Amino acid sequence: MLYAILCYHSEDVVGSWTKEEDAAVMAKLAVVQDKLAREGRLGPVARLLPTTAATTLRKDQDPPLVLDGPYAETKEQLLGFYLVEGGSLEDVLDTTRELAAANPGGAYEVRPVGAFFPGALRP
Amino acid sequence: MTDIGWIETAVSAARPKAISALLRYFRDLDIAEEAFQEACLKALNLWPQNGPPRDPCAWLIFVGRNAAIDVVRRRSREAELPEESVLSDLGDAESSLADRLDDAHYRDDILRLLFICCHPDIATTQQIALALRIVSGLTVPQIARAFLVSESAMEQRITRAKSRVAKAGVPFETPGPVERAERLAAVATMIYLVFNEGYSAASGDLARARLCDEAIRLARLLLRLFPAEPEIMGLTAMMLLQHARLAARFDADGAVVLLDDQDRGLWNGAMIAEGLALIDKAMRHRRPGPYLIQAAIAALHARAARPEDTDWPQIDLLYATLEHIQPSPVVTLNRAVAVSKVAGPEAALTMIAPLAEPLGGYFHYFGLRGALLSQLGRVDEARDAYDRAIALARTAAEAAHIRMHLDRLDATPINMPASSG
Repeated sequence: MLYAILCYHSEDVVGSWTKEEDAAVMAKLAVVQDKLAREGRLGPVARLLPTTAATTLRKDQDPPLVLDGPYAETKEQLLGFYLVEGGSLEDVLDTTRELAAANPGGAYEVRPVGAFFPGALRP
Repeated sequence: MTDIGWIETAVSAARPKAISALLRYFRDLDIAEEAFQEACLKALNLWPQNGPPRDPCAWLIFVGRNAAIDVVRRRSREAELPEESVLSDLGDAESSLADRLDDAHYRDDILRLLFICCHPDIATTQQIALALRIVSGLTVPQIARAFLVSESAMEQRITRAKSRVAKAGVPFETPGPVERAERLAAVATMIYLVFNEGYSAASGDLARARLCDEAIRLARLLLRLFPAEPEIMGLTAMMLLQHARLAARFDADGAVVLLDDQDRGLWNGAMIAEGLALIDKAMRHRRPGPYLIQAAIAALHARAARPEDTDWPQIDLLYATLEHIQPSPVVTLNRAVAVSKVAGPEAALTMIAPLAEPLGGYFHYFGLRGALLSQLGRVDEARDAYDRAIALARTAAEAAHIRMHLDRLDATPINMPASSG
């Protein structure tokens, strides 16, 4: 069974870390990740850019509505995610519009990825 | 992090929101600060045993508020009867604190706190000091170090700024849309001032580089509160893109390294990525303001893998737009750099000629003039310009940089023919 582990934390707190504190946390996480990788259990790992860099596409209306900022409601639940390559935000929004046409209702939050490690898991 | 490190981080992360909320209750900056201080002491006592509360910020507001109510009551008894208007909204506040608070709840509170720091009656250096002390929670010694003044001088500066603000009266009514936009603009300027204070610092000066980090933190905070403001996106992006170059801007001896000579491998990739993403978002609004345009200029530098890959014609165009919407001699001076790359030093020299008077006391004017004249082989005039620049340098690093150019001039044969005219 594959599991997704979704990381939540207070952005105020993480954003208050000094470079050294941030690096120290990342180093500790890397120890755990290395172990998982050695066991062949580690898939992609991504650190997302802050929520200030997020854009949200509401697809419960046609045409969908693009809003600045992260998904900020509680009435829907996280059900899946994509990682896609895009030359610009506009490219990726086009992609989400295609997806929205295929599956209306709910929302997509588009968030740039800061750091990405592909991992070595096979389907 | 030490054992209580996590408490310090949580407290400092909660500070802008908590002080803002306490200021709304007590309408007095000193009481709000004292209340927060009290709450922090209690946190240091209680959190290590009990663990962190579910919402540290709400906890600090609640505990701080209770601590300060006693103080307010005592003071009121000494002076006059309790003012019901001051305390009347506390009941409501308590019940709303029971719910988890989201950022929108704090929006006008935090904006107000930031806004009173940029009161027009207080000088810009005082605005910055006040914001760093009250909003960011930097200590007086930390701020004094950043401004290169004594602690007592800084203490005095902050005290004076506070009493000015108190006298002027804090605006507590909920702002209307126009007023909110005005406050936002004033706060954005103040945040940029904080950034510039750090950015113009000499190398390796961590106390001042910290100001850049603080400015970015405040801008991100503001952007979370006002997520659809393209100029706040632009401001944040511009600061991220400029600060991303920090490690490359000075050499091992602390001397300035110009953009063209920087090791681009030292640029901070994550900050650049975030800056570019914010510009992408802001551009969708199709009404570029001064911050966004400056961010776009910084982005063109950030996107160039090598200096010769820089899209100077586009930078010239962006500066022309900036000149149009926000004309200033400094903008024209910056544009002249792009013009010198696109059309040559002679054209740039012609462009900056009218700036001699408005920028007669500006280091960078003479620095650029010297560089352009030296490119044209007009060595004596270049030397004069560089001499003026050194006289106007604000830091040793600036002066040392110009001296290096002077040395190069002296190594140049005197009869070098003028390059392309």
